[in-house]
Amino acid sequence: MQRSVSQSDAVISLSAATATLGSRPVLRGVDLAVQRGEVVALLGANGSGKSTAVRSVIGQVPLTGGSVELFGTPLRRFRQWARVGYVPQRTTAAGGVPATIREVVSSGRLSRARLGLLSRADRAAVNRAIDLVGLTDRAKDSVSALSGGQHQRVLIARALACEPELLIMDEPLAGVDLASQEILAATLREQVAAGVSVLLVLHELGPLRPLIDRTVVLRDGLVVHDGPPPAGGLLPGHDAHHLTKEDCHPDAVHAAAAGVPTGLLG
Amino acid sequence: MSELLDIFSTPFMQRALIAAVLVGITAPAIGIYLVQRRQSLMGDGIGHVAMTGVGLGFLLSASPIWTATAVAIVGSVAMELIRWYGKTRGDIALAMLFYGGMAGGVLLINLAPTGSNANLSSYLFGSLSTVSSQDVTAIVVLAAFVVLVTMGLRRQLFAVSQDEEFARVTGLPVRLLNLLVAVTAAVTVTVAMRVVGLLLVSALMVVPVAAAQQISRSFTVTFVLAVAIGTTVTLGGTVTSYQYDVPPGATIVLLAIGVFIVLTLLATPLARRRSRAKASPELPSETVRAPDAAKV
Repeated sequence: MQRSVSQSDAVISLSAATATLGSRPVLRGVDLAVQRGEVVALLGANGSGKSTAVRSVIGQVPLTGGSVELFGTPLRRFRQWARVGYVPQRTTAAGGVPATIREVVSSGRLSRARLGLLSRADRAAVNRAIDLVGLTDRAKDSVSALSGGQHQRVLIARALACEPELLIMDEPLAGVDLASQEILAATLREQVAAGVSVLLVLHELGPLRPLIDRTVVLRDGLVVHDGPPPAGGLLPGHDAHHLTKEDCHPDAVHAAAAGVPTGLLG
Repeated sequence: MSELLDIFSTPFMQRALIAAVLVGITAPAIGIYLVQRRQSLMGDGIGHVAMTGVGLGFLLSASPIWTATAVAIVGSVAMELIRWYGKTRGDIALAMLFYGGMAGGVLLINLAPTGSNANLSSYLFGSLSTVSSQDVTAIVVLAAFVVLVTMGLRRQLFAVSQDEEFARVTGLPVRLLNLLVAVTAAVTVTVAMRVVGLLLVSALMVVPVAAAQQISRSFTVTFVLAVAIGTTVTLGGTVTSYQYDVPPGATIVLLAIGVFIVLTLLATPLARRRSRAKASPELPSETVRAPDAAKV
């Protein structure tokens, strides 16, 4: 009620977020908002905190300060998980027992089929999600028999199985061959056209560049750039030498100059 | 043939066979989730902790199966809590729990007026003749719980065991489900205790699953096959144990390992044939399909 219109339009709103891993500060006051229908890419070097930022949005990493809201609801009270599709980094998703593509994608439908009973509509949604990533004729194959790119497509199908309004993806292009990258880009384009909001962690924009509305660059746990994607091949924040004063949050310049030891960038 | 009928007409063998079938179903049914979470040895740890429960049962002159269930549940919950919170020295804490449980069992059973290491041995390695009718009642009740959880919640448990982080974002109560898996594993240990014995319980949770996944590509098929293998080896082992007067637990586990070896040997030519059958249409279709799918 007290919220302004602009705030209630944000599907993700991370404000002044701080987080630590062990005793090391990883987020040092990150503000990040994704508006409805927006596609935001989170960029930064390894250890810049981009994965932690995304994982704090879904509650996987607890914040030590600041706040997270999803669809205008504080994360702690957020229950409408069927509105969110999450694609974790590929390494987290490997079980010790064989499972088919359809079995893995079906688990993405659990946010709508809470009791674990899949209705005909649920099964249709699962099949649609598998079809979206072009794996229909392999639906009965074991995921362990897939290439890296195909496995990534399975994880995206799993996120799409609940027909989400918001997609959160952590490095969806990592270790993905060119053919799969194109399929992922096409899938994402279709979702964006349907009005889905997207927050994705990327190492490089690659084939997704035309889809990105805004890039947010993290460096040492701080936002150093928040604006339209850079025109050239250069990604601000990826290389300290390319950083200009305009790209940088004043604190970040100060922090960099002061040589805050992070132990991450060598 | 008459000898076989003889087996089924002996009351203690009837009880042993009922217990054996239930063990054959429940152990792989929960074991598959432990294997999926790469916690194959958790059953072994719970088995060690349950020894204290058996000792406690003798000391209190209570039914060891219920005291073992209680202590095993406490132990498994402790293990799950250590997994959440004790990230740094978790292995040491688990070792304490395992060996403390074993030592506690030996000590308590020797303190008990009716207990001796001979009693303990029947719980460690299983024994057919000692399965009482109260034991059978307890085993049926506990097995029903295990079946209800492992089959009724299979999609939820599959999701949590496959990818905990993703499961949390689907809104599943991940911690509760993890605790449920731990408690169910503890209950299974006590179901299996009389027939297979505490020290070999874990084998029956893991080996049928490992054998099944040699030849299956899906979770559902692995589940069904593992339960089928489990039931076959527990029944076969129980009958063999009766006929040759050898300990049932050891017989069952060796049979299960035999099935594993046979299926592993079968798996290689099977996989080769599958990949050959695939190889020809696979390569061109993959490259042709990619742009097609991109257009959709």
